[in-house]
Amino acid sequence: MRQDGAWTTATVKAVADAARDVRQIDLEPDMPVARPEPGSHIDVIAQVHGRPERRSYSVVAAPAPGQLRIAVKQLSDGRGGSTFMGRLTVGDQLLVSRPQHLFRLAYDAPGYVLVAGGIGITPIYGMALSLARRGAPVRLLYTARSTADMPFLDKLRDVLGDALELFSSSQGQRLLLPDAFGGLPADGLAYVCGPLRLQVAAREAWESVGRPARLLRTESFGSSGRFPAEAFTVRIPRLDKTVEVPSDRTILDALLEAGVPMIADCLRGECGLCVLPVLAAAGIVDHRDAFLSPAQQLENAAICTCVSRAVGCDLVLDTFDR
Amino acid sequence: MSGPSFPENAWYAAAWARHVAEDLLPRQVVDRKVVLYRRGDGRAVALDDACWHRLLPLSMGRLDGEDVVCGYHGLRYGPDGRCVFMPSQETVNPSAHVRTYPVVEEHGMVWLWPGDPALADPATVPDLSLAARPDWAGRDRDYPLACNYQLVVDNLLDLTHETFVHAGSIGNAAVAEAPFETTHSGREVVLTRWMLGIEAPPFFAKHLGRPGPVDRWQIIRYQAPSTVTIDVGVAPTGTGAPDGDRSQGITMQVLHTVTPSTEGTCRFFWKLVRNYSLEDQALTDGLFADSESVLAEDRVVLEAQQHALDDHPDKVFYNLNIDAAAMWARQLVTAMTAAESGSGSFAAPSVR
Repeated sequence: MRQDGAWTTATVKAVADAARDVRQIDLEPDMPVARPEPGSHIDVIAQVHGRPERRSYSVVAAPAPGQLRIAVKQLSDGRGGSTFMGRLTVGDQLLVSRPQHLFRLAYDAPGYVLVAGGIGITPIYGMALSLARRGAPVRLLYTARSTADMPFLDKLRDVLGDALELFSSSQGQRLLLPDAFGGLPADGLAYVCGPLRLQVAAREAWESVGRPARLLRTESFGSSGRFPAEAFTVRIPRLDKTVEVPSDRTILDALLEAGVPMIADCLRGECGLCVLPVLAAAGIVDHRDAFLSPAQQLENAAICTCVSRAVGCDLVLDTFDR
Repeated sequence: MSGPSFPENAWYAAAWARHVAEDLLPRQVVDRKVVLYRRGDGRAVALDDACWHRLLPLSMGRLDGEDVVCGYHGLRYGPDGRCVFMPSQETVNPSAHVRTYPVVEEHGMVWLWPGDPALADPATVPDLSLAARPDWAGRDRDYPLACNYQLVVDNLLDLTHETFVHAGSIGNAAVAEAPFETTHSGREVVLTRWMLGIEAPPFFAKHLGRPGPVDRWQIIRYQAPSTVTIDVGVAPTGTGAPDGDRSQGITMQVLHTVTPSTEGTCRFFWKLVRNYSLEDQALTDGLFADSESVLAEDRVVLEAQQHALDDHPDKVFYNLNIDAAAMWARQLVTAMTAAESGSGSFAAPSVR
């Protein structure tokens, strides 16, 4: 069930570097919070260019009762949330939500493969520890540029031992997802969190070994695509408007700011409420959502405006104003 | 009272196993509304009884194979809680799911673990094994009570009330005169009362079918947080019953477990079993009917007691000497809830 939308003030209790460009932040919300389940996340209000913007971060652990630990990757081409989060120091305050549970671990599967790409380790970490402590058959495949980019390695090595497999892409080490998935028992589950490319690869590998889609669990905050984010222009003939979308803002944000009436809910490319028709796209549409099917994404007739972007072209969109 | 009176990290009876059948069965267990059903291979499952989308109880929907279909917009959930169909779109929102709970079937009951699934160890299901053994016969029931579950536990751990509440049936002075011993451990409280070399009460004399003095026992065993078994019987004196050999005697056990629904309500499960005259259905039904009327008398007291608690929110109980076992039981529960408070029931992974 969805938690209510209440925000509460949280105080930064500790900050530390968890890996290269990864900042670990311990927050203590004013209201008491239940201990978070593995895979949960919180929303925070980040100040980006002086504007309050909602961002989501997985809860890594509860370092102390009533505290929540998150880890934030510093993204040079991000939307500005990580810059704000990275500058937080002890004693700073910000608004946070209760822990939300959208990437929930099912405990009764006969086997698990967990796949984490880079900062995608944050929801996977608690799952791995919980499953390993329980003695469940689990493998964790963890990939990043190098081990210097992998937070929480010491603890994971401690608890998981041989069940932890590391892949440093800078050394040419590649995940062999079909092998890993193929080795699962029939009702085995896979949980995948990482960049869009990793998720697409996981879905293809899952399908290639004949597994039912319902047993593959992925989480994305819609923050990565097949291409780096760049600025572009959206034209809406129906409203006679032209709107600039900077590289660190979404189409949805830019349209709202330009006074285009929109509805949206999840802001992570899942619910489909913010989808608009595409009238023309001369270049690539970088679909970053999970709402449109692969066929619909190929067709390019619609775009999920809270996450997806244009690459090397401007977009002509329609709205439902009548 | 601050915080819930029940721990989350414990197994609670959700239903007698035979009641989890073809249909969706809604139940409330420690404040959680769940829907129970069986998978194709017979395994019971428990899902949150609220659709991810608009919260309509899934128990108002229908079961289609192993999937639950919401009765409002047709969202479909697998037995793992995953949403596998949404109307009017080509994909399924990857976040859409309902929570599932660890469930085990043991002693003819379906048990549910509302707390941290990582801690749900089937070996810690309360021991009600006599409820499902071929060498014991009996009949069970369950129903909701409008009182806090601990009032029921208190009641079962203090049989002094028999003399007053059940004066017309099982209450008499003899039992209250015998000395008893209360022992306790990490998860249990046991009251033991032996009456050695006495004349058998008429009921037991008839069922034992042998003349002469008997050793009579009453052993009440509490298993935290909410299971109580009452073991009673007689054996001819000198046949070794006090030392553990009951082979010459007859035993009845009343098995009870109470599942909190909310702070002020619970569901009461009980079964009276015996290890003699196993085929005598008339005896089974007679014992069941007698127990029913005794428990109905308890129900009046317990629900009135809850009303009184609600009427006097500023009042707490005084305790008498007879309440020792109930107080030990409450102390065990307090230790369990204290271990969970402030942090919820989830054991968080520590980080270096």
